Amino acid sequence: MRLTLLNVIIAVVLAIAFAAVNAAYLVWAERRGAARIQRRPGPNINGPFGLLQPPLDGIKLMAKQLTIPGGADRIMFIIAPVLAMFPAIMSFVTIPFSDSIVAKNMNVGVLMIFAFASMGSMSLLIAGWSSRNKYSMMSSVRAVSQAVAYEIPMLITAITVVMIAGSADLTEIVHQQSKSILHWNIFPLLGNSHNILMPFSFLIFFMCTLAETNRAPFDLGEAESELVAGFHTEYGSMGFGLFFMGEYANIVIGSCMTTILFLGGWGCPFGLFPGVWWFILKLYLLIATFIWIRWTFPRTTIYGLLNLCWKILIPLSLFNLLFTAGLLKVF
Amino acid sequence: MNSPILLQPDETFILNVGPQHPATHGVLRVKMEMHGEYIVNAETVIGYIHRMHEKMGELKTYPQFLMNLSRMDYLGALGYSHGHVLLVEKASGIVVPERAEYIRAIMVELNRIASHLFWFGAFVMDLGGFSPLMYALQDREHILDMLEAVTGSRLTYCYFRFGGLYNDVDDDFIAAARRFIPRMRKSMKKYHRLVTGNIIFRKRLEGIAPLSKEMCRKYGASSAVARGSGINFDVRKNEPYSVYPEFDFDVPVYHECDSLARYMVRMDEIEQSLRIVEQGLDKLPGGPIMPDKKPKLIKPPAGDYYQAVETARGSFGIRLVSDGGKNPYRLKLRSPTYSNMHLFDEACRGMMIMDALAFMGSLDLVIPEIDR
Repeated sequence: MRLTLLNVIIAVVLAIAFAAVNAAYLVWAERRGAARIQRRPGPNINGPFGLLQPPLDGIKLMAKQLTIPGGADRIMFIIAPVLAMFPAIMSFVTIPFSDSIVAKNMNVGVLMIFAFASMGSMSLLIAGWSSRNKYSMMSSVRAVSQAVAYEIPMLITAITVVMIAGSADLTEIVHQQSKSILHWNIFPLLGNSHNILMPFSFLIFFMCTLAETNRAPFDLGEAESELVAGFHTEYGSMGFGLFFMGEYANIVIGSCMTTILFLGGWGCPFGLFPGVWWFILKLYLLIATFIWIRWTFPRTTIYGLLNLCWKILIPLSLFNLLFTAGLLKVF
Repeated sequence: MNSPILLQPDETFILNVGPQHPATHGVLRVKMEMHGEYIVNAETVIGYIHRMHEKMGELKTYPQFLMNLSRMDYLGALGYSHGHVLLVEKASGIVVPERAEYIRAIMVELNRIASHLFWFGAFVMDLGGFSPLMYALQDREHILDMLEAVTGSRLTYCYFRFGGLYNDVDDDFIAAARRFIPRMRKSMKKYHRLVTGNIIFRKRLEGIAPLSKEMCRKYGASSAVARGSGINFDVRKNEPYSVYPEFDFDVPVYHECDSLARYMVRMDEIEQSLRIVEQGLDKLPGGPIMPDKKPKLIKPPAGDYYQAVETARGSFGIRLVSDGGKNPYRLKLRSPTYSNMHLFDEACRGMMIMDALAFMGSLDLVIPEIDR
């Protein structure tokens, strides 16, 4: 019993470390990637390829004073950034990186991750509300309506996958897809469902991940040309740093979930040498796509975003759910 | 403890956009009365960067005032200097050598391209796309390098003199300008592929902020704002000045009246300016760049003079009332952005804030030029 507890603690600490290192170095990757896209060098002074930039940024942020604006709700103002980081890190506990590398496998892993993901919008709401800034308030209203809207197609799509796998256990979902690329849920030509609509499901899920993590082109919560900096306008110092790291941790979670649900987790496309390296490769390819999209597209409008969700994504994902149910009944 | 803010369903709140706000590109302040995300009423508040250029015009002698013009609109500075020198030359009867006029036109058009490129980048950045700004600035850099080599400065030029120019262009400049034209055309294709064809970009601009012809006329709008609403007015064509009648170029006019039309007008204007530069380089005559005889002290005879020019931001008018002295009696600057900006108050009513700020970007505001 004691040993298991110790194992869990070590695994949790490792998960937290993974999340934190990823969050820090994704900022670096994003800045380098953006620079590459825009034909400029990006951070390249501190350390080789500018690799010391993230820790130095962290030190700078920690050295700054955390100012709380007058009239702000102090307790809520301090809780909000913690709440942004905490669910993202907790989600890492259930993510299976390979057969053996998982902190705590649960048979309701999908459910738990979505439960934590929906806590993220809570922190945006609290941050916007407690800052007592009109821009923050408008931003958090936007962010919450966006998060609520996009959780629906995301969950429906996840349920579709759970139905195909017959289990809400993430490890089990990956095992179902482990044979070859044709068993992956993105092109399920073999496997137990022959659903030709799954590529659309993948796109819907990916778009929802973009929207849920507040990334461009759906970054309406922090639309800097309208709302200054959105919900974190009033945050400086590590408060801002936590929001920033939370955002990147969420991106990692979103990409992990996409990899597990659609891209066969740690499985190799050809059924050879499955292992954590495949997971990492797929994960970072997805993250690179995130960065690529962000620096290519302008921002959508809030009504365009909600129209897309309620009028296109939700009906499509619902239809796909029914279609999949029908297929599973037939085969 | 805080008292909670209780908003009634029909209650509005005031949002101060600016004077320091990323979307206003300077120190413009817009007092918006908001109902949720909708603008009920907006009031532009200007004057945060007022520097009394008109008063300085009265206090300084004519040559002393030359450098002030390029401090008005720092993005398309040469167009403004052009208006001033043309006016004073007209008033005091100075004849400009043909070569100088051609070089002026080439320089002004290059500066117009630079200004439009910066606007393009900043406008797309207003819409949330950051990368086009970097591409546009790289192209603009070529123009600034060329202008720097000839005029000696990169942003606030003092290149035109009464009667001619400060410095003649050399072969390097001509070669660089000839190299620049095809490169810029290639870049324009890239911009159209990357930005104009982008579905998100089009959805954010098509049909947004329609400005009727009547409204443009009422506020005295010019430049792409008027031409995007179907008003075919360009000072270079309608009230020709300098050597512009010698050039073959079109005035792009769009009838859609929306933000996309204004965007398209400016993008097409870059191509037209390239045509003018191309023709100017071909036709560039030899000869001096300053007249042989020029009055030592510039003292226009008493009278009332006016000159309008088409700058990157629209029709810039400059009126001079002279009493025969070495200072103007009155110098009135009619800046185009001032008129274009005042459209905003009326046009943005009922719009959502993100559309309104995209619309503001399409007006191409340069605040120091409004406040003067």
